[in-house]
Amino acid sequence: MLGLSPAEWVAIELSLRIAIVATAFALPFGMAIGWLLARKDFWGKTLLDGIVYLPLVLPPVVTGYLLLISFGRRGLIGAFLADHFGIVFSFRWTGAALSCGIMGFPLMVRPIRLALEAIDRRLEDAAATLGAGRFWVFLTITLPLALPGVIAGAVMCFARALGEFGATITFVSNIPGETQTISAAIYTLLQVPDGDAAAGRLVLVAIALALAALIVSEWFARRAGMRFQGE
Amino acid sequence: MLAIAVEKELGAFKLAARFEAAGGVTALFGPSGAGKTTVVNMIAGLIVPDRGSIALDETVLFDAASGINVPPNRRRIGYVFQDGRLFPHLSVRQNLDYGRRMSGHPHDPKHFTRIVELLNIDDLLDRRPRKLSGGERQRIAIGRALLMHPRLLLLDEPLASLDAGHKREILPYLVRLRDESNVPMVYVSHAAAEVRRIATNVVRLDGGRVAASGGLELLDEPGAHEPE
Repeated sequence: MLGLSPAEWVAIELSLRIAIVATAFALPFGMAIGWLLARKDFWGKTLLDGIVYLPLVLPPVVTGYLLLISFGRRGLIGAFLADHFGIVFSFRWTGAALSCGIMGFPLMVRPIRLALEAIDRRLEDAAATLGAGRFWVFLTITLPLALPGVIAGAVMCFARALGEFGATITFVSNIPGETQTISAAIYTLLQVPDGDAAAGRLVLVAIALALAALIVSEWFARRAGMRFQGE
Repeated sequence: MLAIAVEKELGAFKLAARFEAAGGVTALFGPSGAGKTTVVNMIAGLIVPDRGSIALDETVLFDAASGINVPPNRRRIGYVFQDGRLFPHLSVRQNLDYGRRMSGHPHDPKHFTRIVELLNIDDLLDRRPRKLSGGERQRIAIGRALLMHPRLLLLDEPLASLDAGHKREILPYLVRLRDESNVPMVYVSHAAAEVRRIATNVVRLDGGRVAASGGLELLDEPGAHEPE
């Protein structure tokens, strides 16, 4: 189909799976951290802020290396997770999802934080006087009002995860069928003679996926925005 | 019956207010900066006093000495804010229903219809708050607070953000509310004319203290200046 070889389809399917899993797992953390940064003052807030944005400014190879020594099979966290929960990241697609999620995390937190900061807190007070406890205030007022920002954050993270290369290849290498995403496959194809045509096809796929993600996010943001404008 | 004796320091401003409010409409009257909104926020539970106590009928809502502080969502005190504060992502009907749903009251179509008719908002039910006029918004805010079956209704300058025409539009509804619902009200205002129309008792606040409390005759005393 579309002139793509089975191996290329595997890379595409793998990229999508990694990006979706990375975004889904990053989302609850992204909302929690975004909320903390938007709403709370605490000791070490500047440090947390810095750590969250670190993957954005560090060379991806450095992030990948840090993941390798902490989440690798013999890394402190990696060994613990493997021994106690049977969760292995190194050289698995789950490791690719971890590195993609971490690389996309700062892009996710920022719009969520800004959306939460923009909410009129007095609406939450009004909800409280109407009988809503903290959990319900969050669910029925805060979250719906922040939804455009949450969607924007999720899409940014997804797009970043889809294209992540440096940290992923450093952490989990470039194994076809396991960790070889579209980006890694393009890189590999460009290293071999006659790989140009296949690389070109994957480049087109990457462009199409990125465009689709943008269009979907725009549509969601419009729908969410419309609910405030409606009749 | 509401009994309040509270103290709070907010920067240089010191509030120390003590008064009681029986049924009817008690006006918290005084110039801006007198601490009226602060007092009302304390009754609602949105501001925690430094010292003192607040009790509504038999229920202690706040008592600094024994560490009691009922959170706002469990006080069942309706609050009409100066700026309405309707939820922009919900329809008018959902706004009206919010308090009832959150406090777990069963749906009561009769009560709903009665309030909707009292405030004359049946044409607005399917609209969104953004498209409403200031007067319409304020009527819905009043309806929303009433529909949660409040034990007490707080109104913080509900007319202040409206122009003269809309003020005349809302006032009759408030008077009907006083006469037809038996929910006691605390009505914050700095406008003597408004207080005269709606209130049954007056508590005059000045500089964070209760200067006087009693009947409507307080409005005629010197010191009860009328800024408008």
